[in-house]
Amino acid sequence: MIEIESITKRYGDVAVVDDVSMVIEPHTLTVIVGTSGSGKTTLLRMINRLVEPTSGTIRLDGVDNRSVPGHELRRSIGYAIQGNGLFPHRTVAQNIGTVPLLLGWDAARIKARVDELLALLQLDPAAFGPRYPHELSGGQQQRVGVARALAAEPNVLLMDEPFGALDPIIRTKAQEDLLAIQKRFGTTIILVTHDMEEAVHLGDRIAVMDAGKLIQYASPTEILARPATGFVETLVGASDRPFKLLSLGEVRDVVEPGSAEGEGIAAGATQRDALAELLWSGRTAMPVTSDDGMPIGRVTVQGLVKRAARPK
Amino acid sequence: MKAWVPLLLRLGLLALLVAFLSNPLWFEPVLRPLTQNGAPAIYNQGSLSSLAFQHLRTVAIATAAAIVVAVALAILVTRPAGAEFLPLSRSLVNIGQTFPPVAVLALAVPAVGFGEKPTLIALFLYGLLPIFENTLTGLTTTPANVVEAARGAGMTGWQRLLKIELPLSLPVILAGIRLSVVISLATATIGSTVAAKTLGEVIIAGLQSNNLAFVLQGGLIVAALAVLIYDALTALERMAARRMGQVPAAG
Repeated sequence: MIEIESITKRYGDVAVVDDVSMVIEPHTLTVIVGTSGSGKTTLLRMINRLVEPTSGTIRLDGVDNRSVPGHELRRSIGYAIQGNGLFPHRTVAQNIGTVPLLLGWDAARIKARVDELLALLQLDPAAFGPRYPHELSGGQQQRVGVARALAAEPNVLLMDEPFGALDPIIRTKAQEDLLAIQKRFGTTIILVTHDMEEAVHLGDRIAVMDAGKLIQYASPTEILARPATGFVETLVGASDRPFKLLSLGEVRDVVEPGSAEGEGIAAGATQRDALAELLWSGRTAMPVTSDDGMPIGRVTVQGLVKRAARPK
Repeated sequence: MKAWVPLLLRLGLLALLVAFLSNPLWFEPVLRPLTQNGAPAIYNQGSLSSLAFQHLRTVAIATAAAIVVAVALAILVTRPAGAEFLPLSRSLVNIGQTFPPVAVLALAVPAVGFGEKPTLIALFLYGLLPIFENTLTGLTTTPANVVEAARGAGMTGWQRLLKIELPLSLPVILAGIRLSVVISLATATIGSTVAAKTLGEVIIAGLQSNNLAFVLQGGLIVAALAVLIYDALTALERMAARRMGQVPAAG
């Protein structure tokens, strides 16, 4: 659990982060959203003390993060940044092994961990371990950056616009990978982005920041349904709110009894995908299949439209 | 031009240099037309190879000292604690560069006497600037997100300097050292005006006895050394740059 208590950072007279308090539950993915200059990155960097707060405290599992020297604290917290910041003069394996080496792990343990992470991120350890970062594609570099951040098995992973430099297709893939990693290791992830779409897609909870203040801190559904201010509403984007809302739910939650003609959709797909498929194929209903391929009912345009309305 | 042609030219130059230093008399017929009144065509007041060795040794010692001081100074002024010394260090190093080596020699002789010492002082001061400026450039242009990632991974200030900043600056620092070495190789010749054993001795002897052959062979040996060392250091730099994942500049 991460408890942020009335944390403030001032540069001169300007409060970049202004009296922010929030509690982040363990094993969740929290997204901090804001425009540039909103203080979101500064807030993130105060958790691992890359920035020292002017006042306030941050506790990790009940322990004040100022109780150990900054560099030791940062070895226990994963950190991934935009453009990944890989060390260009070190191989992929050396890059990933950075924090374990600082922690004094023995060579065999580091190698085992590096290979495990590379395999997890679908990079062949034998082929990619000895390469240098400049020999990798952008998407591969980003994955190595995430692997490096996770190398020392941190409980908390901080990510500063990790997908900012990726093209849309690789970005979607990287987001799916991140969700899979979060599920597998149960890491508490805090991710900073300016993209509300990304926030709604990834976050268990979303924190919206503006001009140093925390405007709203709630679940994606809540943010979409009841934006606290006009600013949050603008960030959400009024025109595609219903579709964002649908993207949060799975098809299994709107299955109706009955059958329908044509191609089916998996129960695990998002309701947004179901609606898109229905509209595109000009149908009003289509069959739904369970995870093991059995037909379990149908989904209708009407049912989906009801779901897309603002929650009461 | 094919890639092996420059290499072949350099090997040829090296062979010629070694041959000339070990058996200068072989080349007497070539230099003979440049002398008058039966003067000797090959320097005869000492061994050319031992002069060349001492010349290189003087340059090596002065450059080594300049590297230590210039790199240490650049590291100091790029740390937060030393940032305020940057303008002062810049001026000091600049004075070292702009003060003519001849004047340094003239001022150093009364203090340390004749011989190698005043030459070492002059070369040391003269060599500081390129190394200092390049180290400074290297350390201040390390990609910000790489340094940020190093901090985020929990490296201490020293670890960042030794594992990230210096290795990444190495190609630029090497370029500074190369410039400094080449300048020193040429400048070392004037050390012989205050009795330092360098190849300048040959040139000065030639000037005093109006012997063009002496002047030419002294000058050519220094030039050949400079060209070969310059090329060797350039190759070293490229190797370092490639290891850093940087694409070396063409040329």
